[in-house]
Amino acid sequence: MTREIAVLGVGMHPWGKWGRNFVEYGVVAAREALADAGVDWRDVQLVCGADTMRNGYPGYVAGATFAQALGWQGAQVSSSYAACASGATALSAARAQILAGLCDVALVVGADTTPKGFLAPNAGERGDDPDWLRFRLLGATNPTYFGLYARRRIEMYGATPADFARVKVKNARHGFSNPYARYRKEVTEEEVAASPLVSDPLRLLEICATSDGAAALIVSSLDYAKSRGIVDPVRISAVSTVTPSYPNTLIDMPSFSTDSAYGVAPPERGFRDSIAHAAYEQAGLGPDDLDLAEVYDLSTALELDWYENIGLCKPGEAERLLNDGDTTIGGRVPVNPSGGLGSFGEAVPAQAIAQVCEVAWHLRGAAGERQVEGARVGLTVNQGLFGHGSCVILRK
Amino acid sequence: MTKTRVPAVEGWFTMDPDDPRLLASRGLETGSYFFPKNLAFSRNPAAPAEELEEVTLSRRGRVWSWTTNHYEPPAPYVAPAVFVPYTVLAVELPEEQMVVLGPLAPGADPASLSVGTEVELVLGTLYEDDDHEYVVWQWQVVGGEAQ
Repeated sequence: MTREIAVLGVGMHPWGKWGRNFVEYGVVAAREALADAGVDWRDVQLVCGADTMRNGYPGYVAGATFAQALGWQGAQVSSSYAACASGATALSAARAQILAGLCDVALVVGADTTPKGFLAPNAGERGDDPDWLRFRLLGATNPTYFGLYARRRIEMYGATPADFARVKVKNARHGFSNPYARYRKEVTEEEVAASPLVSDPLRLLEICATSDGAAALIVSSLDYAKSRGIVDPVRISAVSTVTPSYPNTLIDMPSFSTDSAYGVAPPERGFRDSIAHAAYEQAGLGPDDLDLAEVYDLSTALELDWYENIGLCKPGEAERLLNDGDTTIGGRVPVNPSGGLGSFGEAVPAQAIAQVCEVAWHLRGAAGERQVEGARVGLTVNQGLFGHGSCVILRK
Repeated sequence: MTKTRVPAVEGWFTMDPDDPRLLASRGLETGSYFFPKNLAFSRNPAAPAEELEEVTLSRRGRVWSWTTNHYEPPAPYVAPAVFVPYTVLAVELPEEQMVVLGPLAPGADPASLSVGTEVELVLGTLYEDDDHEYVVWQWQVVGGEAQ
């Protein structure tokens, strides 16, 4: 049977390039989530931090860093790193303890301060680290991988650069009224086409920036919610943090090669498909139940891949879905009503949590101008380097 | 003075200029290939205890996808004094049933590529210092040798 937890509060610090310490952003988001939940910080029993690797030691022990910043009060603590999936892994830790009855109410929080430009590997000569070597030997930045996937869509499915540009146009329109988004400006197909090529066929306006930002959740057992008079909270029905099954046959950051499928049948589902599938199985729901989704649009073309990976359509049909308006607010299943990474830029440890905040607002009917009307079920999906799946299903 | 040619990374490919190959490991039980080479353990969960041997990978494969980078990447990429866009290929090796990345050898026009284009492994210069030329593997379009 489905085992659920409640989302009592959500909070975010606006995304941007603020240049301040990441802890400040995290405190703002956490306090906003606490206020939203009506929970006193001193009553929180567990703090689950999503780590950042670019802010020194405090970032590696984010749970304790935020617990200290909010004022020591003796809560249990955990810190999680799973690259882009860190937020989901932190949420997964909180959920496991709540469902096991080890705690009633937890804070999940992630925040980042990012440098300008490409995300680069850690410094030093590290000849046995594939994340270092891919830059050294191939100049294989993250957008390099996005470019490979985008070109593949063009070659296999007849996608066009104009299709990709329309993802940006849609997400910019969605994010226009989102007070937490970094870029709140409508963009035209012509502006996308006029922006410089980064990793052909992808252009600057199609690749997500790196941002500062923070997001937080207060989650609890359903009994705890009930004890506070909340009888019908937004619920988390599934958290999938699956790893790939061997052989993983899709080239992934930061690898130089896929697994070899020699002599062994590839799994029934590829890694990306398996991430959402595991969540659907947990929730007892399927793609047809979704009213909205927040997917990881590191690039415009990658958003289209996700439509297929989460089962909104068959492989090769994502462009049609987009162009029919199905994934625009007002359409059959709006995707990235927040504006997505295209409007936010990526604040790595905060991003998967921010996706959950966005879906929670829609399920409460509190998403303002970008509200997906009547939303009852929403999904978030994301993937972290080295095989970290991340998918959360929420329902009302 | 001739510079010494050295691999930019040890143990990833042979330095035979006429028939260069990527070096990989292969499970003796399952036949699974692993690149880059790792002789310490098999990553095939069906055979956790299998022994591994060093093998070379097929020299030829077919393009799975490609992209041309127009911005200079951050360190540890060693950029030339004047940055030039470069193309990264993902190449499918039919025998090994795996996809391996590598740069496109200079001189080829990426616009001539499509999924399925046959390419073969060559050696090329990644960067140089006063005494050394650091060599990396590259993919060259078959029948379209660089001049």
